[in-house]
Amino acid sequence: MAEVITIAPVTRIEGHAKIAIHLDDNGNVDDAFLHIQSLRGFEKFIEGRPAEEIPRIVNRICGICPWMHHLASVKAVDGALGVTPAPAGHRLRELCQVLAHVNDKILHFFFLAAPDFILGPDSDYSVRNVMGIVKTNPELARRVVKMRQLGQMLLENFAGKAIHPIAGVVGGFAKPMSEHERQEMLQGVETLLDFARYSIDYAKKKVFANYQDVIGALGNITTGFLATVDPADGSMRLYDGVQRLMRSDGTSCDFKARDYDAYLGERVESWSYAKMVYAKTWEEGFSLDPDRPRGIYRSNTLARINVCDRISTPGAQEELEEFRELFGRPAQQTLLYHWARLIELLYACERSKELLEDQAITDPAVRTEAHPRAGRGVGIVEAPRGTLIHDYTTDDQGCIASANLIVGTTHNIGPMNMSVKQAAKTLISGGKYTKGLLNKVEMAVRAYDP
Amino acid sequence: MALRIAMEWLGSCSGCEISFLNMGEELMALLEAGVEIVHAPLLMDHKYYGQTGEGKVLTIPEADIGLVSGGALDEHHLCVLEEMRRKCTMLVALGTCATHGGIPALMNGRDRRQSLQEVFETVSTDPGASLPDVEVPASLERVYACDEKVAVDLLLPGCPPHPDRIVEVLHSRLEERSLNLSSRSVCDTCPVERRGKGELRDVLRFFTNASYDRSKGVETMRCLLEQGYMCMGPVTLAGCAGGQAPRCIEARVPCRGCYGPVRREGNQMLDMMNALASNGINYRSVVDRRSILRFSGAHGRLRPLRK
Repeated sequence: MAEVITIAPVTRIEGHAKIAIHLDDNGNVDDAFLHIQSLRGFEKFIEGRPAEEIPRIVNRICGICPWMHHLASVKAVDGALGVTPAPAGHRLRELCQVLAHVNDKILHFFFLAAPDFILGPDSDYSVRNVMGIVKTNPELARRVVKMRQLGQMLLENFAGKAIHPIAGVVGGFAKPMSEHERQEMLQGVETLLDFARYSIDYAKKKVFANYQDVIGALGNITTGFLATVDPADGSMRLYDGVQRLMRSDGTSCDFKARDYDAYLGERVESWSYAKMVYAKTWEEGFSLDPDRPRGIYRSNTLARINVCDRISTPGAQEELEEFRELFGRPAQQTLLYHWARLIELLYACERSKELLEDQAITDPAVRTEAHPRAGRGVGIVEAPRGTLIHDYTTDDQGCIASANLIVGTTHNIGPMNMSVKQAAKTLISGGKYTKGLLNKVEMAVRAYDP
Repeated sequence: MALRIAMEWLGSCSGCEISFLNMGEELMALLEAGVEIVHAPLLMDHKYYGQTGEGKVLTIPEADIGLVSGGALDEHHLCVLEEMRRKCTMLVALGTCATHGGIPALMNGRDRRQSLQEVFETVSTDPGASLPDVEVPASLERVYACDEKVAVDLLLPGCPPHPDRIVEVLHSRLEERSLNLSSRSVCDTCPVERRGKGELRDVLRFFTNASYDRSKGVETMRCLLEQGYMCMGPVTLAGCAGGQAPRCIEARVPCRGCYGPVRREGNQMLDMMNALASNGINYRSVVDRRSILRFSGAHGRLRPLRK
């Protein structure tokens, strides 16, 4: 009998969404939708505001990845006002950004995703969560909680605030790092690096090894990928670089921040407040048909792992080589996002250490003075969820005349819809479904960490 | 004694939820002391319409304490807020969006319908799109703080609120005692040096860093308002310092009022204009005065300008 199955809200994600699975008269899946529910309008209400104030307004787009919006924003303001940030300011920004990636990934893997794997996708909803992990694995839970807390405090102690940061400013950073702070942070980062190594080992042995069939099949689609790489050697970059758009056959093209709107377009569907970004430059249009996708690419961890030629830090590079041997390049299986996320966790810890080991980070000249002027700047960073684009145009007073934002997760809205449809079609037939099966459909979304 | 907590997020960014988690190991102590989270979309899988979606009415379980973050921006938020009010013995508005509108209430200063339509007409958006309206909630006419729509038992502002405050609230419920919350301004918790009115007449935009001796602590820095920057410390509720210095001052940047007004009904813009004037600063030199209400634009404080 035809019906619509509603999963609302989608839980253990960082946003507001519901899933609607449409069954035909035979009880088979006809279509499925991920309806994104929220709309606030940041692009509009920052108009008319002084450009130098924007980084501490747009950080409030997201309380989990505020550093990403904060820094993409300062880069855009730098561009619009024609300012080159002081080198030490640039380093401090990158340090804070990669540290924020560390916290984010610990949160996602252990607090949000792991319950499905550690407690099982079919376990009762009342225990299938981080509180359940506290009961069944108290030692792991305590360590995870401590590590995330350490990461947050490292950022807060140096930069004032971890959530909704204010220390990134046009022209650089608000304060320099002292030698004492450098030593303290280095110690903290060593502890986090240790934990990152433990995390990927733990995940490979205790999680991925037990869920190979799920990884092999759940939510799998074929798409291109978008991420940021170093222009010199194609290595993975989170803070700064060129954007690389890869097709599903592995061929790719690189573009600079300012040209993003020649490569990417945004499609609006009546059933989602979040738009769907697609590769306009491929000139194949837009289609979410999983058998014949058009213009579809993904961002976020799996994309970054696929798109980069290598990773510049040794531990993560070794993990990347193992990953590629097992899954090829580009790897398409959706649940591999979790594996890729842990490789990135390792990279982010190694990169933080690299930045802190260089004394140049304590250079007191952290800021170049800016002046109001009319201009345009496009600031791009890799947010945990994907390539984050802030595009600002300023007027003569240095206030925002217009703004365009493409946030990290938006690149994945189309692909998540495809994964939900694929998962639902595979798991549900003849009108039969259980709570556990519906949770598995959600797992296809959770992998994207939206 | 069990304490059931329900958490919901309306027009929220999830910063308050992350701040909740930033209580760190204290969370484990609370779980051991009998705290039970019965509904919290970020952390656990309780669903609105039953676990297989068979229900017809949005339902949240009963709880002793409800934490609601975010302002009400659409019909769904209203529905959730009203259900939280029905089911939670004590309802707490968590964070400045919930207490005063927060950043999303900046939209209250604009024509909402027009602005939301224009979101779907940006330079990279395929032309001809209109505001989505299928299976997505309709927007309300403006952004509301929670207490404009339901009775709220406790306001806990902050962007985000300090985890220590959240823990205090939970402990006060566990121990069934009352709570003493601050009603001082950020300046009262700020250790900087005050030497009297500054020399500048016009407000400085924050294009250069503040003056201070970087080899010494923040208590030796001269007050940022005296240095000529617009610092909203005088017109903002204390709470971010958590025993140290106010967070932004610690980072050597001026306060922008993210805990909302000192008194619940305070107007941060009018109060700031007065504070500038009493420091000898020409308040007309502030670019974009209305953004002084960026955290407290609900309650009718921010309205679209008449053309």
